Amino acid sequence: MIRLTGVHKSFGAQKVLNGLNLEIPEGKVTAIIGPSGEGKSVLLKLLIGLLQPDSGLIEVDGECMQGLRRSQLNHIREKFGMLFQNAALFDSMSVFENVAFPLQEKTKLTRDEIRRRVLSALEHVGLKNVEDKFPDELSGGMKKRVGLARAVVLDPKIILFDEPTTGLDPVIKRAIHHLIRETHAKFGFTAVVVSHEIPEIFDIAQNVAMLYQGEILQHGTPDEIQASTHPVVKQFISGSLDGPIHVG
Amino acid sequence: MFTPVQAIGRLTIGYVRNLGRMGWFILYSLYMIVRSPGSPVYILKQMRFIGTKSLFVIVLTAAFTGMVLGLQGYYTLAKFGSEGMLGTAVALSLIRELGPVLSALMVTGRAGSAITAEIGIMRISEQIDALETMALDPFKYLVTPKFVAAMISMPLLCAIFDVVGIYGGWLVGVKLLGVNPGAYFYEMEKSVMWRDVYSGMVKSFSFGVIIAWIGCYKGYFSGPGAEGVSRATTESVVLTSVIILVWDYFLTSILL
Repeated sequence: MIRLTGVHKSFGAQKVLNGLNLEIPEGKVTAIIGPSGEGKSVLLKLLIGLLQPDSGLIEVDGECMQGLRRSQLNHIREKFGMLFQNAALFDSMSVFENVAFPLQEKTKLTRDEIRRRVLSALEHVGLKNVEDKFPDELSGGMKKRVGLARAVVLDPKIILFDEPTTGLDPVIKRAIHHLIRETHAKFGFTAVVVSHEIPEIFDIAQNVAMLYQGEILQHGTPDEIQASTHPVVKQFISGSLDGPIHVG
Repeated sequence: MFTPVQAIGRLTIGYVRNLGRMGWFILYSLYMIVRSPGSPVYILKQMRFIGTKSLFVIVLTAAFTGMVLGLQGYYTLAKFGSEGMLGTAVALSLIRELGPVLSALMVTGRAGSAITAEIGIMRISEQIDALETMALDPFKYLVTPKFVAAMISMPLLCAIFDVVGIYGGWLVGVKLLGVNPGAYFYEMEKSVMWRDVYSGMVKSFSFGVIIAWIGCYKGYFSGPGAEGVSRATTESVVLTSVIILVWDYFLTSILL
């Protein structure tokens, strides 16, 4: 389980998280929703230790993420996989090399075993005969799939998804959501998905947390969130221009 | 609103913080070279990029530097009737000073800027973050291979620069201006000591460290977007060149 307690984070004068409290249950898909610029991606980077909070506690399976040496932090990071917003594939490597890279560096598997696992991960995300292509030869949706294959290839306990469907067409979006659901069902990891995709995200998440003004405004099952009477949550879900959320 | 004193204070703290970060960066890079220098494949790849691919520009610059030294040296020495010393003048200028400095400035322009751009783009496209999320140290893959490659390549490039430059001086001095070929090489052999070669090699080795240090540092902490990478690349070339020239003065005063 991941627990955040009283987490504050600012960048200069800009306060992003303001005493945020959240519990992310093990083995479930938790979606973090909220307006753009509210610090959802910052929250993911805090969870994996790419950023450090100004104050507050972040615990992963009871281990505190703060004040650790790099080796200790890396020990916790081994539990994680991450799919970045733009996939963050290594552009000097082929698709095969991208997916094989964590296996080569973190395991002592033979070359044949690595090949077998890479091809199996790529097949699982619906990609065939693309191993020799480079990231700049792939479409946005294919990049996300390769990123997902790379994230799951080490069989991590927790996977973070940073806006996995941003910039994709509706069909590909649905395919990626379906893939996340399938992959979660197969591997059983804890998933944290940052997303704007309303209402599609309610189909894949078992928990939803609404982030607004640096705090978790509401946290519950998709049904509870959709039935919420809170004006901010209602406006965000309906996409209405009228309400407490100001545009621009 | 900031008062002028606050603004000066803020600026000073910013500079001190940057200096601290630069100091940490080179210390951690050197520590990582000892602990885990990276795969030989990455190092060879970088040596090909920093060393082999710089050969053309190094040979071209060296040839013309040697030729102009031959020309200038001949007219100066002729005033004292010492044209025979031309080989010594060309060789010592190149081996002790111009070889290491000019080859380093050429590599800074060609490879230093590219190192910054490459790492900067990896930073803004979250590729460095991706390495970190895999519990891998980005220094091992991106920084230390470049340091090792620059440390090995720079003395080799400098040696090539020296040799080509000496033959450039020979072409102008001996073939065009009629200096005795025997005197050109005999005087050079008599005057150039092992210490001179050693000091040139020490210089170019340290310039290799500077090129990798500033190139990687500026890329690693590059600002956001294309503009951030472009600014980092420019700053990298300017700062590396300035540090090379300043460090050259101090190193010369120690090695003399």
